[in-house]
Amino acid sequence: MRYVVLLTETEPEAWDHATEAERQAVLVAHRAFDDEVARRGEVLGGRALDRSDTATTLRSVDGTWTVTDGPFAESAEQLGGFYVVDMPDLDAMIAAARLLPTGYTIEIRPVVDVPDY
Amino acid sequence: MTALLDEVWHDHWGRLLALLVAQYRRLDLAEDALADAFEAAARTWGDEPPRNPPAWLLTTARRKAVDRLRAEAIAARKQPLLVVDARTQEEAERHMADPGEPVLDERLRLVLMCAHPSLAPESAAALTLRLVLGVATDDVARLFLVPRATMAARLTRARKKLAATGVPFAVPGPDDLAARVPVVAHVAYLAFTAGYAPTSGDQPLRADLAGEAVRLVRVVREVLPRGPVLDALLALVLLQHSRRDARVGPDGGLVLLPDQDRSRWRHDEIAEALALLTPWVADAPAGTPYLLEALIAAEHAVAPTAEDTAWPRIAELYAELEAVTGSPVVRLNRAVAVAEAEGPLAGLALLDGLGLPGSHRLPSVRAELLARAGRDDEARAAYDEALALCGNEVERQHLAARRSALEGGA
Repeated sequence: MRYVVLLTETEPEAWDHATEAERQAVLVAHRAFDDEVARRGEVLGGRALDRSDTATTLRSVDGTWTVTDGPFAESAEQLGGFYVVDMPDLDAMIAAARLLPTGYTIEIRPVVDVPDY
Repeated sequence: MTALLDEVWHDHWGRLLALLVAQYRRLDLAEDALADAFEAAARTWGDEPPRNPPAWLLTTARRKAVDRLRAEAIAARKQPLLVVDARTQEEAERHMADPGEPVLDERLRLVLMCAHPSLAPESAAALTLRLVLGVATDDVARLFLVPRATMAARLTRARKKLAATGVPFAVPGPDDLAARVPVVAHVAYLAFTAGYAPTSGDQPLRADLAGEAVRLVRVVREVLPRGPVLDALLALVLLQHSRRDARVGPDGGLVLLPDQDRSRWRHDEIAEALALLTPWVADAPAGTPYLLEALIAAEHAVAPTAEDTAWPRIAELYAELEAVTGSPVVRLNRAVAVAEAEGPLAGLALLDGLGLPGSHRLPSVRAELLARAGRDDEARAAYDEALALCGNEVERQHLAARRSALEGGA
């Protein structure tokens, strides 16, 4: 099954204030996730996102687009990155996600196959 | 349904369904096919049932599943299939070919799938009752006090989510399995409490359905690794359920614990519960809420009369439970125990600053303790507050009676 793993940072500023050792620990945790996914399945993609104040949002109102500054939802928690992975099942997916750094809220969503696309 | 068919349903539904799910990887298809097979059995068995009823049902259900698959539109077949590994599928197929062969308890996979943490606990509890025990959707709806259509929709959503998100029909490794025990326990207990403590309607409890939930706890304990959590949970539900006959008076009114006729408690069930708890009393694993709750229920169960209740011991257990859970409901129960052990003022002191928004229980308890302390005006106001919040007709009558007794005495 293919899943998208959405990483929402509970404290988006945390990285800026982190010590070198704390940053290392975050990277080590991401690597552990990578290794576990590779063991049970495959990492198909994934990226860290720039800070939410770099976001540009398009909203459609009555069929026309309005471009605004900032993320789609103003909230303390912001999307910080994502992975796209192939894993055998949700339990294996959850087990791998448990290895990620604890500063995230993690949402796991299955990818829908759209026929003939 | 005949008695024999009832018995087969009772003993084999979960196992048969698990085998069909393993083979066809679809919950709806497996359920429908098995229901078809039971229907065919009811029609055709008559006075001459087959020698091996579960094997007959399995063979028939399998044929019904194939019929249903043939009849289905291609589009329906495109729906996501459950994740079932090849070996589980093979095992199920072998079992289909030779139903006499003993197999491991397939119900474990079914329990783990239905009581999965990715489902809302209420949905998981309903789905587990439906799939593992075969409780009819009507009855599951009655247990959770929702209309049948609402429950049917909830069950359909849950089935679809399991397939769409890839929850596996599988048994995880020992560590992961151990971690799932508390989740399953919570789901099973929720099924029980739904029948035991309703918040509206004119029935104080639906004992027959609560009995099905007790059976669910038994099955769960049978198939999952043994330990204090599930022993304590089974003891707890047995102790609570053992009071069902004494809990309802001749007029259908609710009878509270101190006023219950203790000869109407099911003493065989109490004995079973106490035996389950015995190994864990000496070295109780720290912070096991079900064990603390069961030990509290056991103190009530062993008291020959209400006056003989060991309230100081119960107050102690509640203090420990409050430390573990931090729950305001536990604090409320602790206040009741402390009031019994040390007097109403000590109980009232524990209610200070407590908040349970929307619940009639806090003002009911406060009213009762104020009445006992002789503070009638405050008690009257608290009864009014409780009456305004209480949706259960039986409990409302009880509260109103307490309030007017107060006025009679004033």
